[in-house]
Amino acid sequence: MTIRVAVTVNGTEYARDVEPRLLLIHFIRDELGLTGSHWGCDTSNCGSCVVWLDAKPVKSCTLLAAMADGRTLRTVEGLEQDGRLDPVQQGFIECHGLQCGFCTPGMMMTARWLLDHHPDPDEAQIREAISGQICRCTGYENIVRSIRWAAEHPRENR
Amino acid sequence: MTEGFGRRLRKEDQRFVRGQGYYVDDVRLPGMLHGAVLRSPHPHARILAIDTLAAEAHPKVRAVITGETLAERNLAWMPTLSGDRQAVLATDKVRFQGQEVAFVVAEDRYSARDALELIDVEYEPLPAVVDARRALDPGAPVIRDDQTGRTGNRIFDWETGDAGRTEAVFADAEVTITQDMLYPRVHPAPLETCGAVAQYDKVSGKLTIWETTQAPHAHRTLYAMVAGLPEHKIRVISPDIGGGFGNKVPIYPGYVCAVVGSIITGCPVKWMEDRSENLMSTCFARDFHMRGELAAARDGTIRAVRVTVLADHGAFNGTAQPSKYPAGFFGVFTGSYDLEAAHCRVTGVYTNKAPGGVAYSCSFRVTEAVYLVERLVDMLALELDLDPAELRMRNLLRPEQFPYTSQTGWVYDSGDYPRTLRLAMDLAGYESLRAEQKAKRASGQLMGIGMSFFTEAVGAGPRKHMDILGLGMADGVELRIHPTGTAVLRISVQTQGQGHETTFAQIVASELGLSPDDVEVVHGDTDQTPFGLGTYGSRSTPVSGAATAIVARKVRERARLVASAMLEVDAADLEWERGRWYVRGDPDQGRSMAEIALAAHSSLELPEGVEGQLDATCVYNPPNLTYPFGAYICVVDVDPGTGEVRVRRFIAVDDCGVRINPMIVEGQVHGGLADGIGMALMEVIAFDSEGNCLGGSFMDYLLPTSLECPAWELGETVTPSPHHPIGAKGVGESATVGSPPAVVNAVIDALRPYGVRHADMPLTPAQVWRAIQGRPLRTDLAIS
Repeated sequence: MTIRVAVTVNGTEYARDVEPRLLLIHFIRDELGLTGSHWGCDTSNCGSCVVWLDAKPVKSCTLLAAMADGRTLRTVEGLEQDGRLDPVQQGFIECHGLQCGFCTPGMMMTARWLLDHHPDPDEAQIREAISGQICRCTGYENIVRSIRWAAEHPRENR
Repeated sequence: MTEGFGRRLRKEDQRFVRGQGYYVDDVRLPGMLHGAVLRSPHPHARILAIDTLAAEAHPKVRAVITGETLAERNLAWMPTLSGDRQAVLATDKVRFQGQEVAFVVAEDRYSARDALELIDVEYEPLPAVVDARRALDPGAPVIRDDQTGRTGNRIFDWETGDAGRTEAVFADAEVTITQDMLYPRVHPAPLETCGAVAQYDKVSGKLTIWETTQAPHAHRTLYAMVAGLPEHKIRVISPDIGGGFGNKVPIYPGYVCAVVGSIITGCPVKWMEDRSENLMSTCFARDFHMRGELAAARDGTIRAVRVTVLADHGAFNGTAQPSKYPAGFFGVFTGSYDLEAAHCRVTGVYTNKAPGGVAYSCSFRVTEAVYLVERLVDMLALELDLDPAELRMRNLLRPEQFPYTSQTGWVYDSGDYPRTLRLAMDLAGYESLRAEQKAKRASGQLMGIGMSFFTEAVGAGPRKHMDILGLGMADGVELRIHPTGTAVLRISVQTQGQGHETTFAQIVASELGLSPDDVEVVHGDTDQTPFGLGTYGSRSTPVSGAATAIVARKVRERARLVASAMLEVDAADLEWERGRWYVRGDPDQGRSMAEIALAAHSSLELPEGVEGQLDATCVYNPPNLTYPFGAYICVVDVDPGTGEVRVRRFIAVDDCGVRINPMIVEGQVHGGLADGIGMALMEVIAFDSEGNCLGGSFMDYLLPTSLECPAWELGETVTPSPHHPIGAKGVGESATVGSPPAVVNAVIDALRPYGVRHADMPLTPAQVWRAIQGRPLRTDLAIS
């Protein structure tokens, strides 16, 4: 048995017939071929799979694809716009906010959401915002700095 | 010489921030099938029967592989990196919970998992050895009865140092300290789990394997030895790797099964383990049960250290370290101190747990050694009522003692330890912290200040002494300058986030006066890179970094000869400056590297002995290990009511010799410090009395988040390695090695008002609370 899931991802519409049990992260990666979002733990602990569902960060490893039907997704592939990196992306480069790059897409999606709602977060707010996600490489300090960098370098005309 | 070194943004980040990293699970091939592993629910059981008929009947299943299938191809067992053998799929018994029993290949991930449920395995459960300290008991179940003539669970006995002299020092020592310590079983838990995509092409006979591996060349050779495929027909590709930390050094049964699955079905087969499989079955770290003893004079002079270790290696001896060192580099347990004598004995045992032991940025067990000696030194300070900083300062090796040969025969290359410790104390404001602590104690608050001083031993290694399964630990590089003056560097080592594409370009750039942007670094593909043993043990910079500097110098010398032909002068009359050779005394008469490169490819008549083009190769055989070191200070606050530990500050001063890219070095240190907090306070793979693994998901195996980690405070000193061509020492594991004892020493220091002398990691709230009550727990076993 399959069901039809229609979503808009990064402004593009997709529809696929999938098994009802298909996880959203596998839908995004395997069905849509958007492999920037990662799968790391199955239990909502690591946050490698964070994407936006209707403009809110969610852990896509513990949502069904079916739950996204008719809704809007944004993934790391949607951060860069008009050939320009999002300040969050640039901040991660400038401040060495990534090493292996595996947690990075999820971290950046959370960071973008934070800055959209709190354009000038302090260190404690940033740490709180990313506390549901695990990075094994950076010890978090440079991620915090990266997000601060993005806060200090907002894109004009956003 | 260091032109090109310095802070520089990473080349690789451009793809990662766009979500364009290419990890193994991103590999998608036409007709690709998916594999899944059936695992044992029992820690120890005989397999009576395996019925795969129902699974084979699943409409989307293309193959079901068991140990019997593999035995037909002589692949049911494979060699481990320690010269033992490990079951690929169990045939006779299962020996740990989570062991691989069968492999299903299906048309999609979910169907493969579904089919696992259809396999019926009949087990006869056997008593399990869960506690390493019971493994050698008479009558303990013999785990490895597959080995002819085996009657017990002892794997090896290994010793180093001088037992007699050590005993003599202990016999007349004014003060001795003895403490049992457990460095618990932990797991590197890279965020990307392990996996592979195998593609066997029947027509060409070529096997291509995309693998989460830190050692692609070593894997290729092992596949050739094991599978009987010719080595030139095997290509191992290690694409972007989502963290390794030693977890991705061994070959895992799932990789072999994917290969066999591809051979059987004629289709590419992908296998990606899930998080539980990663935590329960792949290479864990530590599990060292240590008894440490320290002999000292009453004035605080440390005289000798003695250690006995029981090492839990799990069901198969699958540790990854140089062959002559069954306990890795634990022999550096004498630490950073000048001793009269030292002795250590290590016994390795089998237990009914997952195989491994050497991983998690441990520098081949330097981690355990540093923890042991740094805890003992703190206990001595407590015993003598001396400040632990003062005690260390009195005993540290002095700069004039280098090169220093330790009591266990390690030759420390260079260092200025007191300067580094003093800098850490200054950055911390050590004296005022102690004053604050005194005031807090007076009001009943628990504040702790802990330190560690560590010396690492990295960059394995001299091939005369160090090999893995007979493969010497020397690494090759190839450098080619294109006609227009840009370059490609091919290296045997492989990045899992360390930034090789940037750092290695900087080394070439600094030697040849090029821009790092003009140097492409190729790695992680055995068809495209020279042989070498890979990236672990902090060896990339000490070994391949040295090879890179040397190969660039070879190219520079060849360029000199070409320039001499171009300028029609004797090569001896040429001088080098950044990016060009010029005539001594006539700086205007010179040729840039780009001009020389083009000439080297042209019809120019070249001097005798100079072939055309501009390239070179190098295989670097390190003359010695390198010995990075550092001083770490941790400040904690402990809640006496709950036992919760908050790390308030962490000051880390690292000396890793010359820093190629300080930004990357600092990033490496940051990550290791977080590891240290995790191990000291949160992480453990424990087992219940039945042998059930209690750390099989991120809900049970706790890793530090942004809230547990403070803003790191770093400092640096630079003592170049005298034998490394650019003076670099390697830093990838320093912080993981050095930080756990600093955290533990801080917590024990905080608990001083309660008379707590020691409690084993992880210092969870429960463990700290129990320590306050005077009853710290064994953390490796659940209370029954």
